[in-house]
Amino acid sequence: MKGKGTSDTVSVVDGDGNQCCWWWWLVHKGTTTTFLIVGLFALLVRAAVSLHPYSGFANPPKFGDYEAQRHWMEITINLPIQEWYRNSTSNDLSYWGLDYPPLTAYQSFIHGLFLRFVHPESVSLFTSRGHESYLGKLLMRWTVLSSDLLILFPAVLYFVIVRYGQPSRSRKSDIGWHIAMLLLNPCLILIDHGHFQYNCISLGFTIGAVAGVLSGKDLVACVLYCLALNHKQMSAYFAPAFFSHLLGKCLRRKHPLLEVSKLGFYVLGTFAAVWWPYLYSKDSILEVLSRLAPFERGIFEDYVANFWCASSIIIKWKRLFTPESLRLLSLIATVITCLPSMIQQIKSPSNRGFLYGLLNCSFAFYLFSFQVHEKSILLPLLPASLLAMEEPFIFKWFMQFAMLSMFPLICRDGLVVPYFALLALFILIFDAPGQQRVKEGNYLYNYLGATTVRLVLFCYFILHIVYLTMNPPEKYPFLFEAIIMNVCFSQFVLVTLGCNIKQWVLNKPTKLEVDKKFI
Amino acid sequence: MGKQKLSSKGVQNSGCTKATLWWFYLVAACIKVLLFPSYRSTDFEVHRNWLAVTHSLPLSQWYFDETSPWTLDYPPFFAHFEHFLSMFAHLIDPKIVHLQEGLNYSANTVVYFQRGTVILSDLCLLYGVYRLTRNLDSRKQKLIWLSAIWSPMLFIVDHVHFQYNGFLIGILLISLSYLEEGRDLLGGFFFAVLLCLKHLFAVAAPVYFVYLLRHYCRGGIGRGFTRLLIMGGMVAAVFAAAFGPFFHLGQIQQVIRRLFPFGRGLCHAYWAPNFWVFYIMSDKGLAFILRRLGFNVQTPTATFTAGLVGDSSPFSVLPQVTPLVTFMMVLLALSPCLLKAWKDPKPQMISRWVAYAYACGFLFGWHVHEKASLHFVIPLAIVAVQTLEDAKHYFLLSIVSCYSLFPLLFEAQEYPIKVLLLLLHSILMWSGFSAQFPDGAETARAPTGHHTEKKVDQRKSNGGFVIGWIERMYLIGLVIVEIWGQFLHPLLLGDKLAFAPLMLISIYCALGIMYSWIWQLTFIVTSP
Repeated sequence: MKGKGTSDTVSVVDGDGNQCCWWWWLVHKGTTTTFLIVGLFALLVRAAVSLHPYSGFANPPKFGDYEAQRHWMEITINLPIQEWYRNSTSNDLSYWGLDYPPLTAYQSFIHGLFLRFVHPESVSLFTSRGHESYLGKLLMRWTVLSSDLLILFPAVLYFVIVRYGQPSRSRKSDIGWHIAMLLLNPCLILIDHGHFQYNCISLGFTIGAVAGVLSGKDLVACVLYCLALNHKQMSAYFAPAFFSHLLGKCLRRKHPLLEVSKLGFYVLGTFAAVWWPYLYSKDSILEVLSRLAPFERGIFEDYVANFWCASSIIIKWKRLFTPESLRLLSLIATVITCLPSMIQQIKSPSNRGFLYGLLNCSFAFYLFSFQVHEKSILLPLLPASLLAMEEPFIFKWFMQFAMLSMFPLICRDGLVVPYFALLALFILIFDAPGQQRVKEGNYLYNYLGATTVRLVLFCYFILHIVYLTMNPPEKYPFLFEAIIMNVCFSQFVLVTLGCNIKQWVLNKPTKLEVDKKFI
Repeated sequence: MGKQKLSSKGVQNSGCTKATLWWFYLVAACIKVLLFPSYRSTDFEVHRNWLAVTHSLPLSQWYFDETSPWTLDYPPFFAHFEHFLSMFAHLIDPKIVHLQEGLNYSANTVVYFQRGTVILSDLCLLYGVYRLTRNLDSRKQKLIWLSAIWSPMLFIVDHVHFQYNGFLIGILLISLSYLEEGRDLLGGFFFAVLLCLKHLFAVAAPVYFVYLLRHYCRGGIGRGFTRLLIMGGMVAAVFAAAFGPFFHLGQIQQVIRRLFPFGRGLCHAYWAPNFWVFYIMSDKGLAFILRRLGFNVQTPTATFTAGLVGDSSPFSVLPQVTPLVTFMMVLLALSPCLLKAWKDPKPQMISRWVAYAYACGFLFGWHVHEKASLHFVIPLAIVAVQTLEDAKHYFLLSIVSCYSLFPLLFEAQEYPIKVLLLLLHSILMWSGFSAQFPDGAETARAPTGHHTEKKVDQRKSNGGFVIGWIERMYLIGLVIVEIWGQFLHPLLLGDKLAFAPLMLISIYCALGIMYSWIWQLTFIVTSP
């Protein structure tokens, strides 16, 4: 006993040396304890952000996303399930009608029950429209916190355990760092706990699905991904990657057709279970579906750092083309940009390639698809954060510009203070002292060169200050937004180009490839 | 061999030390910034009013102004500090420092400004901690930073409730660091400055006095006397700088009246978890028993919190407690420590002695605030890594004293925040201490001078950092008290006995603080 102890402490000093010295107090107990500590810290950050105002705070008559979510709770707990998506005297769809798939509706229903139990006025039918109160805000915030805790956090733990297994001593602090990167994603925290949405649920399911794929449990992955898709249709950004990777894997097995049909069966089963209340007639299905596809809206709204918005300063897409042709155009552009990574995954599916594929496909959707919100940047950001260990520079670069691309929205919501606090916190934890991560894959950094990187970062901070302090010229009231979006767009293109190339040159498995039990 | 290697690494890392310290501070600052919109107590308006008073009025009016009920009742240096801040406040928003229009001003500018000044003034704490830990090995440093800079109590009291304790305790730590280095004159100087910033810190003055008398003024009568004169002259100069102008204006009585409002009662509105809680409870218990036995015991009309009104005593059976009694009790409790300091004034013990003095003041003092427990918990964090026993004691103490602050933040909005802060702190401490003390070998490998005897029985009695079953039961009890107060009591009893949960917290935490006091006393008495 004594001898073991002595050798143990000596190895702390000798073996790990500087590397563990910094973080030994955090990571020495193993992944789960590290996760617990980082998780508590992440919860604290979330709870602190939730003190700040939400979107549409004290801004009648339409308010914002907060009112939308509250209204859905009001609708779902007061009306029968068949009428949730139907326009009627008691359900005015033009006022924040439900436009997310049924799982969101069920989640609203459960949260609505909780709100009705504690504070019935906040969800009473008709009379609660635009309800704003101290208790109401608190309860709503707590529903997001609990969703995060119940879905995103376990999913991240699952992912980390699957990805790293039982790590060696020296890697423990790296894993702690990666957990922090996943849980302290400033964009996600700002949108969910500041602006007010439930992205943590669909993104949590997606992380779970990715972990399922990585651990070879394809069926679990299918079910989880379908749940994500049924919570937010935006999760379809990941569909090509999941599809091509799973297809590629199935083709390599003994009975490809059987494997594919098994997966298909699980997908259909999950969909049927979620859509069960609407399966009684074709009309009701179409009714829900028509709510989910926002084709009547424009190709983009507000200012978003994608191709259509960025190029619209030169080419007035909305004027030149009809909405129908634009829809087709955007579809073609999206498919073309998805294709390279899909083909790569069908040809040689690998875990690492899959993560890159997720990033590239979701980027293709963000940059080229129809009706993209600035908040959709969360979707490509997710695989980037899963890849943070392999691509630290790209991740940091991408995160900074993702934050910038949401900055106008954040300013409108009055969340500037948490924006800067979270950005600073992210950079601090990203560059936490005493790390010796493998500095590989900084090809983007090499390509840009140190001077350019510094220059861009300088402009980055200047842009923030300019946007906050200066008034745009009267002739171009959205000048600054346009500049921000073009800067972000250019960086996003760089990132996705880099990652597409990286995915294609992944020919031999590296030491970072953790589990190769299959293929 | 191992130690050599460690120290050589320590030299390599010394460049990074400052960067890491800044990192700790900045991460904490980010969280503090996020807490900007949280609940703030009347202390926020108190400090805003002081900004206005010191900015708008000449020095001669500072201690006379009664525009707001929150009159200036801190010593002059703190008023000067507020005056300094008010210059910036005026630049940012003149309304902040306006005496009448600024009353209860709550725009974003004033909130951000005042909260920002607290974060910046924490740099003082950072410097104090840096001075105290710069020569330790890097693991111990980090544990101390973890507990001092990320102290959940400071978050709760300074950055949510609103006060400047980080700044004040920082000055105390700077003073202690000079004493530990043997630079007594500077240590005394900073303590004198601290007294002129907040007079509540005077509880440790006897310890300082005895220590400096025996440590600084030693070496023969002539040399000792000269040094006594130097020290006395310096302290007098500091006090003259603070109070001189008011003395000159003939306002010294008014200043003293403001600083020592003896109209207050034995306890604060929420009973601080100290000795008097037991005293009050035993009085109630005795009265109850005597009434049952048929004696005629009158119910007192006065309350503990309202102060001394005439001759009526708030106690029905036990004797009345006056400020003088509490003063004598504090001195009595301090005497073993003073004796030790007199016999052998060791620089490495001064932090413990000062912390002990504040613990005595907390337990037996008159009208003690629950926040005062910060004064001894933060200095104890500095010595918490020295031995395994210290670590165990500090672990329990920091949890109990942080929990005793919970009633400060009574609104639902901050509930998750205070709970998460405490949970995070306890798990970090637990993880950190158990890494620092994997088993007895760690302390044996790096003996810290005067504790060499202790390591033998440590290895015998207890392996690593394991919480004993009594402590464990006590901590579980803490959770039960919280669950009872928050959920079961309102559910089962409704509005009846609404004061009971708070009283329960006071009594239960008082047990823990008493234990800590006894532990500290034993440590000081038995230390060689």
